Amino acid sequence: MADPGAMIRLANISRTFQVGDEPVHALVDIDEEIRVGEHIAIMGPSGSGKSTLLNILGCLDKPSAGNYHLNDQEVGHLDDAALTQVRRHQIGFVFQFFHLVHRLTAAENVELPMIFAGLVRSERRQRVREALEAVGLSARAQHLPDQLSGGERQRAALARATIMQPAILLADEPTGNLDSKSGRTVLDHIGRMNDEGLTLVVVTHDPKVAQRADRVLVLVDGRIVRRVASAQMGDILTLLAEEETE
Amino acid sequence: MSLGDLLRFSARGLSGHGLRTALSLLGVTIGVAAVVILTALGEGARRYVIDQFASLGTNILIVVPGKTETSGTVGAGGVPNDLTLEDSVAIERSVAAAHRVAPMSMGTEQVTYGERRRQVAIIGTTHQYKDARQLEMQKGSFLPEEEVFRGSAVVVLGPKLARELFIGEEPIGQVVRVGGWRMRVIGVLAKQGVKMGMDFDDLAMVPVSTGMRMFNRHSLFRILIQAGSHADVDIVKESIRQVLVERHEEEDITVITQDSVLSTFTAILRVLTLVVGAIAAISLTVAGIGIMNVMLVSVSERTREVGLLKALGVGRRQILSVFLTEAAFISSLGGLLGLGLGWAAVKVLVGLYPVFPASPPAWAVWAALIVSLAVGVTFGLLPARRASRLDPVHALAGR
Repeated sequence: MADPGAMIRLANISRTFQVGDEPVHALVDIDEEIRVGEHIAIMGPSGSGKSTLLNILGCLDKPSAGNYHLNDQEVGHLDDAALTQVRRHQIGFVFQFFHLVHRLTAAENVELPMIFAGLVRSERRQRVREALEAVGLSARAQHLPDQLSGGERQRAALARATIMQPAILLADEPTGNLDSKSGRTVLDHIGRMNDEGLTLVVVTHDPKVAQRADRVLVLVDGRIVRRVASAQMGDILTLLAEEETE
Repeated sequence: MSLGDLLRFSARGLSGHGLRTALSLLGVTIGVAAVVILTALGEGARRYVIDQFASLGTNILIVVPGKTETSGTVGAGGVPNDLTLEDSVAIERSVAAAHRVAPMSMGTEQVTYGERRRQVAIIGTTHQYKDARQLEMQKGSFLPEEEVFRGSAVVVLGPKLARELFIGEEPIGQVVRVGGWRMRVIGVLAKQGVKMGMDFDDLAMVPVSTGMRMFNRHSLFRILIQAGSHADVDIVKESIRQVLVERHEEEDITVITQDSVLSTFTAILRVLTLVVGAIAAISLTVAGIGIMNVMLVSVSERTREVGLLKALGVGRRQILSVFLTEAAFISSLGGLLGLGLGWAAVKVLVGLYPVFPASPPAWAVWAALIVSLAVGVTFGLLPARRASRLDPVHALAGR
């Protein structure tokens, strides 16, 4: 199953947490490959390990066992400093609660990763302008997060996540806190970036969000129980309904 | 990440919670201001004492009767010989480097003019005393240059005494009674104020032997000697000792140099300044704990932000330096404000009491600034480390 075009290669990934005396198996033997430019949705009930998988993909967390290759580099067992570099250059995050720094303007929030990466000011300015324009926020650049609507906040966060031109964008319930109209706008922007070649992994509860993906991975109790092409979304809906009732 | 960007980001971090920052800033400000003000007072006291000594004349030696040490066999030693006018004359004659020699007798008497009386200190001395102690005359002349044993019936009044006795009248040439003695006023001193506990404005000065007769004494209170130069002081001291030991056949006098007294005072006041400075520095430590507290609150409040920064690929060291910079910001800005506040307070003080030359010593200013910065970094380290070591997954969830 080794696909030479795979950007992400997960082999026997497990993640075990120690809760009191009990080991909790959040992920068990995950094997998966994601190709460049693919759009993946991860679904599953609460506590199924979706977020843990996303955290491992984003190098925020390390697997307890197994190997994670990102662009042919084993990143599952790097030290903290090396993981920081991977996150800085290869990974972009979008969160359900936006995680904008409330005291900084939209433009400054977008600028943030470049400041810490040591880019010079003139280049930062230029990139911020382009990124805000791309998500339609040019007019709101100097507004603080509190002065922005939810959709605008998520678009600013999206601009920030992609400002370092990462290989993958990881989104955790990106529309979970938005009304459906703002959510659609955000998803349109994400979709456009995917069309331009950005690899996309979205964790969601929302079948309408999952429907936009090329493939949907369904996680239950830390295992991938289904891999579904988006054309067969009906199956997923019934499947999820079954899981919930169990 | 450039230093400018780091400073800017940290400054924004602090402005995010203005009141808290301002309060911990205030703590450092007060601490540094306290160091500046207290050391300025200590330094002022030292300078005040030096000024006082300088105003008494330079290169001064004082011979006092008695020797503070345990004497030898019973019978010998014990009661010291009197210090006499003859001793003074002998010093003047034999010690070439002794520029001026002023024997002194001392007591208190009532000075009477008409119906007005005033009880004051009386100094009996010679014309040499005026230049040795750098006294100025308001009018008339000082004690006459005469043979020391003669003791004419003349008196020089302090300005306050003259004013009190001769309200509106011309004192020169008038006759006053000093105790039971009739004496002609020949001069009035210029205003000197209090020097070393002696009010030169409210006393009377008479020729030394007049004074001794007046107080019915055969011995001098002390002998004041001025050496020709600073280099001569030690030679003069030794010569005086030799002359007097020879005359008294034992060492029963003590020669005090003004320098030794001055250096003792200076040393004491230096230590005093250091001690009050150190006490003030304790308040800086308290301010440091204040900074630590504020930074800890800041870190726990900004846990999600730290998580976000980690997700964005910000390294541990960078997070550490952001929070350290914030702490250093508070402490160094507080240090500068404290210097300003302390400086202003000292200015006000000097304005109110111009006699007291309060001024913070340079070492205290530098020490206060460096300590305040060090306090910020030291106490900022714990919170900053805590922030940098947060687990990104937990931090993002706000845990």
